[in-house]
Amino acid sequence: MAFPQPRPQVPQLPQHLLRTIECQQGAVRAVRFNADGNYVLTCGSDKSLKLWSVSRGTLLKTYTGHGYEVLDVDSSYDNSQLCSCSSDKTVILWDVASGQVTRKLRGHAGKVNCVQFNEEATVMLSGSIDGTVRCWDTRSRRYEPIQILDEARDGISSLKVSEHELLIGSVDGRVRLYDLRMGQLHVDFIGSPITCVCFSRDGQCTLSSSLDSTVRLLDKSSGEMLGEYSGHVNKGYKLDCCLSDKDTHVLSCSEDGHVYFWDLVEGSLTLKLPVGKAVVQSLSFHPTEPRLLTAMEGHVQVWGAEPEDTAKLSSVC
Amino acid sequence: MASDEESDEDFVSYGTPLEPLEEDEPIRKPVPVHEQTVKDEKGRYKRFHGAFTGGFSAGYFNTVGSQEGWTPSTFVSSRQQKADRQNARPEDFMDEEDFSEHGIAPREIVTTEDFASERKDQLKDKARAVSSLAALIPGDTGLLEELIAPARSSIGVELLRKMGWKDGQGVGPRLKRKQRKQNDDAVQVYGCAFPPNASEESEDDDEFAPENVTFAPKDVVPVDFTPKVDSHGLGYRGLNPLQALGGGSESGHINLFTLQSDRTTSLFGDRNSRRQRRGGIGGQAFGVGAMEEEDNDIYHKDSMSNYDTVLGGEEPGDGLYGWTAPQQYTRKKNDSKRDVTYLGRILDGFTLASEVTEIKTVYPPPDLPRDYRPVHYFRPVVDSSTVSPIVAQALLTSRGHLSQEAPQQGRHSLGSSQRRDMLGETPLQGPSSVFELLDNKDRERLNEIRREAEEQNKSVENLSSAVDRAAVVASAKAAALRALSSRFQSVAPQPDSHTQSRTSPTRTQASSETQMALKAWSGPTADASKTFKPFAKNSQKQARYDLYINKLKQGDKDALELSLDSSMTEWERGRERDEFVRAAVLYKPSNSSLSSRFTRSKNEDDTDSVEVTRDQENDVDDKQAAVKMKMFGKLTRERFEWHPDKLLCKRFNVPHPYPGSSTVGMPKVKRDKYSVFNFLSITDSSQVSREAPSAPKPPGSSSTLPQTPEVSNKKSRWDIPGQVSEPKDPLSAFLSETRSEVLVAKQIEAGAKNQTDSSHATATPEVNVAQSDGKQTEQKTEEEEKEEDEEEVRPPMDLFKAIFASSSDEKSSSSSEDDSEEEEEVAPPTSEPIQSSAETLNPPVSAQITPAPDISKVPDLKHLTVQSKPSAETTALNTQSSSQSAPAKSQGLDEEEFGPRLPPPGFIPSACSPQLKKQKKKEKEKHKAKKHKKEKKKKKNKKHKHKGKQKKRVEESNSSSDDADSNSEDENRVVSTSELLQRLKNIRSKR
Repeated sequence: MAFPQPRPQVPQLPQHLLRTIECQQGAVRAVRFNADGNYVLTCGSDKSLKLWSVSRGTLLKTYTGHGYEVLDVDSSYDNSQLCSCSSDKTVILWDVASGQVTRKLRGHAGKVNCVQFNEEATVMLSGSIDGTVRCWDTRSRRYEPIQILDEARDGISSLKVSEHELLIGSVDGRVRLYDLRMGQLHVDFIGSPITCVCFSRDGQCTLSSSLDSTVRLLDKSSGEMLGEYSGHVNKGYKLDCCLSDKDTHVLSCSEDGHVYFWDLVEGSLTLKLPVGKAVVQSLSFHPTEPRLLTAMEGHVQVWGAEPEDTAKLSSVC
Repeated sequence: MASDEESDEDFVSYGTPLEPLEEDEPIRKPVPVHEQTVKDEKGRYKRFHGAFTGGFSAGYFNTVGSQEGWTPSTFVSSRQQKADRQNARPEDFMDEEDFSEHGIAPREIVTTEDFASERKDQLKDKARAVSSLAALIPGDTGLLEELIAPARSSIGVELLRKMGWKDGQGVGPRLKRKQRKQNDDAVQVYGCAFPPNASEESEDDDEFAPENVTFAPKDVVPVDFTPKVDSHGLGYRGLNPLQALGGGSESGHINLFTLQSDRTTSLFGDRNSRRQRRGGIGGQAFGVGAMEEEDNDIYHKDSMSNYDTVLGGEEPGDGLYGWTAPQQYTRKKNDSKRDVTYLGRILDGFTLASEVTEIKTVYPPPDLPRDYRPVHYFRPVVDSSTVSPIVAQALLTSRGHLSQEAPQQGRHSLGSSQRRDMLGETPLQGPSSVFELLDNKDRERLNEIRREAEEQNKSVENLSSAVDRAAVVASAKAAALRALSSRFQSVAPQPDSHTQSRTSPTRTQASSETQMALKAWSGPTADASKTFKPFAKNSQKQARYDLYINKLKQGDKDALELSLDSSMTEWERGRERDEFVRAAVLYKPSNSSLSSRFTRSKNEDDTDSVEVTRDQENDVDDKQAAVKMKMFGKLTRERFEWHPDKLLCKRFNVPHPYPGSSTVGMPKVKRDKYSVFNFLSITDSSQVSREAPSAPKPPGSSSTLPQTPEVSNKKSRWDIPGQVSEPKDPLSAFLSETRSEVLVAKQIEAGAKNQTDSSHATATPEVNVAQSDGKQTEQKTEEEEKEEDEEEVRPPMDLFKAIFASSSDEKSSSSSEDDSEEEEEVAPPTSEPIQSSAETLNPPVSAQITPAPDISKVPDLKHLTVQSKPSAETTALNTQSSSQSAPAKSQGLDEEEFGPRLPPPGFIPSACSPQLKKQKKKEKEKHKAKKHKKEKKKKKNKKHKHKGKQKKRVEESNSSSDDADSNSEDENRVVSTSELLQRLKNIRSKR
């Protein structure tokens, strides 16, 4: 019992292809793990939203109700609800089990690029091409947003929510951090249109990728740049970036069909994972394990640190 | 610890503290009263002693501290130890409870007699009163004692005496009587004041008062409000035994019922004064003793008049409502005459003030303007001499309106008629202008001449070299005509020609602008009610402006002249003319197709201000530089105050950061709606005058010059930095060059046409002036129609064909379009990521007008954005200016695509189910059916695609082309570009 902890292992990178899921829903616009990482959600351009099991790769449920291609999805912490947004300018709150639309929220003037629950799934935040972020209440039956954040001067491309902060990346080349507790808005100028933003897992840094083919790691409190990662191609498309499960690596999609892994501290390219020929559009990292989802064209690939058979063995044992 | 204890000692605590509540403890039942116990500080039970439990029961706990009870002290005395003589004091028999605060002998700090006030001990008084009854000489015992009372005064009195105070004097500095009186007059009274005629002063009025003698102030009897502590009725005085029994006092008799009416008229009183009663209590309730002779007064006849019968009516006689006023003032009540004359009721104790206190006028704090900032905001100071007149004009008008009636201009800005109205003068009789003295025919002729002269001027300017001679001839003719007309009336034309010569340069400008305004307003446009009212502040002027606009709409050429007020002076008219024309150009209606898309805001706000976020972002250039230097941090970060919604905070489980504030979002301030920046793109009159004669101009392009590459090459926010900084590729530059040449050619044509018109008109000026005028207008309108047609009709198809004649586009584009209809709209089906700058509907990007970005968000500025629209569209339609903006625009018309796009779906054909394929076939058919409708749109689409490809090729973009058909397309492209060059050259040579 009292054995000392083994030396920290070299972080393993998900570089082995475990599974390819053909989604059969047109182009997969976004792929997301659920809150605990056991399920996968894919947004299709054929207006459908699908729920998959990661371990078996089977389709569990299809959610239909959007009027246009689905662009982003998020699951609540208790896996009971989903929220998704679409080009049809709506945000939909789903009941996971029944697959019914709990609420369909209209109000955005353009297609809605990104959607997120807050920590307790009491608020949905959706960012749209109309330059606003709308905060929808999931608790009340109101169809108007609680608040509209219209400070952005251009479309919202990405947003993330932490305990009391909203991180919003916009095409006007700025990353906005709304601090609810302090009542402050921090605007970081990046210059190039932002495609994706995320928090680091420790909540101290923000990661933002922009159309100048650069991913930047900024200090959340001061806005200083801690790291700059480049080498990939991101010039025209809205591609995702993320951090690995232990904040050791920075990952980004690329238009050349690879996923790039950089060491977070050194900034050196650790791995260039070939995914396919087309553009890797979306990716999602498992919240706790070294497991990665990538979306390219119509399929989703699951990547793990170990090859499939050994992974199976370990799971059996 | 020690300090803790000390701090504890500082506090006095009463009672036992409640036990601290522990969480999750079940709520205990309250203990019922009969089970509650009281313990003393040692934890012993206290007992309550009632009368029936034995009074002072000297139990173990309560009295002396032994179990046996109180033990008497034993007297022990021996030879060695003599016992002290012990004097038992009452305190020896008391326990601590008796000494405590509420005990019978409290040990507390009291003021000793020396320092106590002179108030006598009430207990002693009582005791004395009682003892006096028993004394030998009833009622007089106290006197003796008082006589021989020790001369003892309190320390305060001693001190006062030492300071020179004497009995009977007041306390305070010595005063001069006279002086004080004078002061009193001068004294201003604030709030409550004593009545000026206080008793002492009236006494002193006629006293002799030497000037250098000071007096001690009068002693003031303090008003003693004794609290009512007994339970008797109000006003009841108990029997004073001294009076009642002793009977020694003067009044003798005590009337128990102290009714005032009785006091004076009662029989008793009269009687009492006559004969002394010997003593004892008498009255209605008391019988008459045997020694008394009379007994009829024992029955008091009470009359009803003693009682109030009306509720809330007449008040009791003194009118004090129970308030006992200071005696001095009540005495003076009836003295003053003023009080008598006063109609209302004066409360006892008050008199009317001698001087009416002035009612202070309270000035409200000034109303701050809503956009007030406590920081001075420096307007840019522009020296009008250094800046171009356009900018100066814009600055001048940026405060609100185009009209010159800014308040700071004062009376100089008023017209003569306005001044007349203000002064209330009647309008002058008779003609206001010399012009009106002429008879009709002459006037008409003069007008004609003038118009033609203008026409000449214009043409002289327009046709610089080629038509010099004709113009000279024409002007010479005009001059001759003017001379001829002067023969009719020697005086009349003089001022007119004078003004014309004076304003001739501006006139020519104005006339060109008039043309533009005419063009802009004539034709199917929005009705007048929906147009912007620039002169709303001046209703007369606005009315004239409306008239002008209406005339413009009817295509009236003389709109301006007819709508102006003939009673105004020539100079004023000239100025107003300029203003109207400029306003008409500036606020011209949008294209009917476009205006249908926009609607006016429902509530027109006339505040001339917009809500703007208080904190503005800093200069972007600085930040860009910082980003280039990779100096993120302070340079690129900005902090703003931001107010989250209360509900949002609640949902996030976060306390609201600004608990008191009601604002949500960024704090807003009101700003001037018409900022300088809104007007910076005002029509440059010099530019216009150069441009306008070359007629083929769409209404919107007044401020856009399609030839200038800057405008068409304008930077969109969507542009990726790398692309923007790139120089224009040679091909596109070539294209734009040829295009501009074509335009120039057109202009020359039109100019020539114009010229012929005018020469035709001048050829027969005298014969039928009116007729030629009509003709001219007709021609004009025809011309305009043509121009409009040109706007609507795209450039001839062969031009397009010449440029885009690659045979394969139909196929390639259609095949890719057929993939799926939806996808075409969402993302262009070409698989390569094309770097295209998307056209946006956002005003700040699309317009060549560059208002401040924050203001542009406000929908109220519709007229501005609307104005910018047609220009953008027409440039796209008409000129196809440069290859970079053209694809963007056509794409923008197609489908609004903002920001980073989504990658192409990239279908793998095998993945498609047969069912899907069928569906697509259907869609294909549908598509074909729709095709003719969409043709125009598609054309643009194709163009766009090709441009994109061409550009891509030139740029040698590095994207990997994965599609199968990309190779073939590449070949096509090679062919098309070379062919294209060839054909363009052909066009050029043809022209």
